[in-house]
Amino acid sequence: MSDKPLSASETAIGLLKRAGRWQIWEIALWLIAIAMIFVLPSKMLILTEITILGLFAVSLDLILGYAGIVSLGHTAFFGLGAYVAGIFARDYFSEPVTGLLVAGVVSGLFGFATSFLVLRGSDLTRLMTTFGVAMLLAELANQAAWLTGGADGLSGVTITPILGLFEFDLWGRNGYIYALVVLMVLTFIARRIVNSPYGLSLKAIKRNPVRAAMLGISPTRRIVAVYTIAAAYAGIAGALLAQTTSFVSPDVLAFHRSADVLLVLVIGGTGYLYGGIFGAIIFTVLRDWLSVITPQYWMFWIGLILIIIVMVGPERITRWQAFLPGSARAERLKARKAAEDVR
Amino acid sequence: MLTILFDGIAYGMLLFVLACGLSITLGLMNFVNLAHGAFAMAGGYITVIMMNRYGLSFYWCLPAAFLVTALIGVLLERTLYRRLYKSSHLDQVLFSIGLVFMSIAAVDYFMGGQQQLISLPPELRGRFDFFGVGIGRYRLFIIVLCAALTIALQLALTRTRFGSQLRAAVDDGRVARGLGINVSVVFALTFALGSGLAGLGGALGTEILGLDPNFPLKFLIYFMIVVTVGGTSSITGPFVAALLLGIADVAGKYYVPQAGAFIIYGVMILVLILRPHGLFAREGGR
Repeated sequence: MSDKPLSASETAIGLLKRAGRWQIWEIALWLIAIAMIFVLPSKMLILTEITILGLFAVSLDLILGYAGIVSLGHTAFFGLGAYVAGIFARDYFSEPVTGLLVAGVVSGLFGFATSFLVLRGSDLTRLMTTFGVAMLLAELANQAAWLTGGADGLSGVTITPILGLFEFDLWGRNGYIYALVVLMVLTFIARRIVNSPYGLSLKAIKRNPVRAAMLGISPTRRIVAVYTIAAAYAGIAGALLAQTTSFVSPDVLAFHRSADVLLVLVIGGTGYLYGGIFGAIIFTVLRDWLSVITPQYWMFWIGLILIIIVMVGPERITRWQAFLPGSARAERLKARKAAEDVR
Repeated sequence: MLTILFDGIAYGMLLFVLACGLSITLGLMNFVNLAHGAFAMAGGYITVIMMNRYGLSFYWCLPAAFLVTALIGVLLERTLYRRLYKSSHLDQVLFSIGLVFMSIAAVDYFMGGQQQLISLPPELRGRFDFFGVGIGRYRLFIIVLCAALTIALQLALTRTRFGSQLRAAVDDGRVARGLGINVSVVFALTFALGSGLAGLGGALGTEILGLDPNFPLKFLIYFMIVVTVGGTSSITGPFVAALLLGIADVAGKYYVPQAGAFIIYGVMILVLILRPHGLFAREGGR
C-alpha cells in the first residue's frame, strides 16, 4: 500500500486490475495439467474427459456465473457441436482443427438464434425454453437417422492427424494435448472477456438488470453476445469429444448431461471461470471412483452430493478458493483491511 | 378419429392429475420442483408392489398410493423442501435434480430396471362400442375419476376455508401469518396433497404410460409443459393445457409418428415466447 491515501476511483481501478491479474494458483493449475502428460501417461483418456467436461462447464459458467441465466439445456450446444464435427469429418474434411472451428461457428450461430428465447420471462421460462430446445435437438438427432445414425450413433468418423502433423494415438496422448491446448486457449480468451469492461457490465446485469439498464448498459445485446459465445464454447467442447472418441452417440444431447454440467459447475463454484475446471476434476474422479464401488447405482450418490451441496450452501463450499495464495478475493480482503488501517 | 379424441382426453386427464400437484408447488408456492415425477413414480411402484406381491385389489391400491405418497411428500417437505422455499431457483433445481437421481437409482436397486406391468381387474379391460366410437373401459374410468377429482379440487380451492387460507398464504405470506393462518402447516398440507395426487396419477398411469426407473425424467417435460403452458395461477389453466397436450400427443403419435415430439416441444417454445407466463396467466399475477 502506498503512503498517501488513494482516491476512490484509483482504488477501484486498482482492484479491477488486480482481479484480472494472473494468479499463482492459475499458473500452477496449467503447469500441473501439462505435467500430467508425463506423470500419468496411462490416464490420458480420463484426463481428456476431464478437459472436455471442464471446457463445457466453463462455457456454462459464462452464462450462469456471469449473466445469471439458469439453463437446463446447455447440452444442446455441446451435442450440436459433437454432431457437426462428426458429420463434417465423415462427409467433408477430416482435419480436426477445421472441424473444431466449423462446430464452434455452427453452435455459435444456433446459440445466437436461440438466445432470443432466454431474454424474456422468468427463471422458470428460461429453464423450460432451454430444456425444450435441447429436447428438440435430441429428437431431431434421433429421427434424422440418415444423417446422424439415429439411436445407434454416428460412426465411421475418421480423424486425420491434427494439422496434418500429429496423429491421434491409441493411448490418447495427443488427444489429451490437443484438448488441453484448446481448453487453455479458450480459457485465456474467456478470461480476457470476463475481465474486460464488457464482462464487468455482464456482472452488473446479473446483479440488477434494472439498475444496469439505468446506468446505460443494455442487457439485451450483452446477453445475446455472451449466450452466443458460450454456445460456441460448448460446441467446441462437443466437437472435441467427437474427435477424440471418433464417435457421436445420441447421449450427447441427453438431459443428464445438462444436469451433470450444472453439478460440475456448482461443485467448483460459479463466477470465476476456473470453477468449471476444478469441478470437472472433482466430478470425474468422484464418478470414476463411485462407478468402481457401485457400478450401477453411482447416480444415487451423485444425487446425494447435489442435495448436500444445496443444503450446506454452494457459497460455503466454494469459499476455499478465497484462501488460495494470491486469489482475487484474498487480495481484496487484504486491500480492504489495509485501507481500513490507513484510515 | 373420435376414438383418438377420446384416448387423448383420457391421456390429458391423467397428465392433469399427475401435474396439478406441480402446478401448486410451482405456481402457488414458487418452488421449482423437478422431482415431481419421482412422487408419481412412487405411486406407481406402490401399486405394482401391492398388486403383484400381495395380490391386493387395484381399487385398494389407488387410495394407498395417494396416502403413502402424500406421507412421503410431507416427510420430505418438513425435512428438506421447507428450507429451500427462500432459496434461489438454481438451488431448487439442483436439489430436485439430486432427488430425481437418487430416486431413480434407489428404484433401480430395489425393483430392477425393467418395465413393470400390472393386470387390471377384468371389468376395466377391453373396449366397448358406443355409437361407432371405440371406448376403452379403463380410459373411461380414468376420465370419470379425474373429472371428479378436478371438480373436487376446484371446489376445495375456491369454496373451502383451507382453500382461502392457501390462497391467502400464497398471495402474501406475512399478512396471512399476521391474520393467524399457520402458513407453514398450510404449505405442508398443500405439498402433501400435490404429491399425493402425483402418486395417484402414477398409480393410474402405470397401465397407460408404462413404469420404469426413468419415469421421473421421461415425463418431466410433460409435467413442465402442462404447468408452464397452462400458467401457474389457477387450476383451469393447467387443466386446459393438459387436455390439449394429451390430445395433441395422442393424435400426433397416430397421424405423424415421426414429427410427434417436435410439434409438442415446438408449440411449447412458441407459447413461452409469446406468453412467457402461460396461456391463461392472471392479470398482474406472479
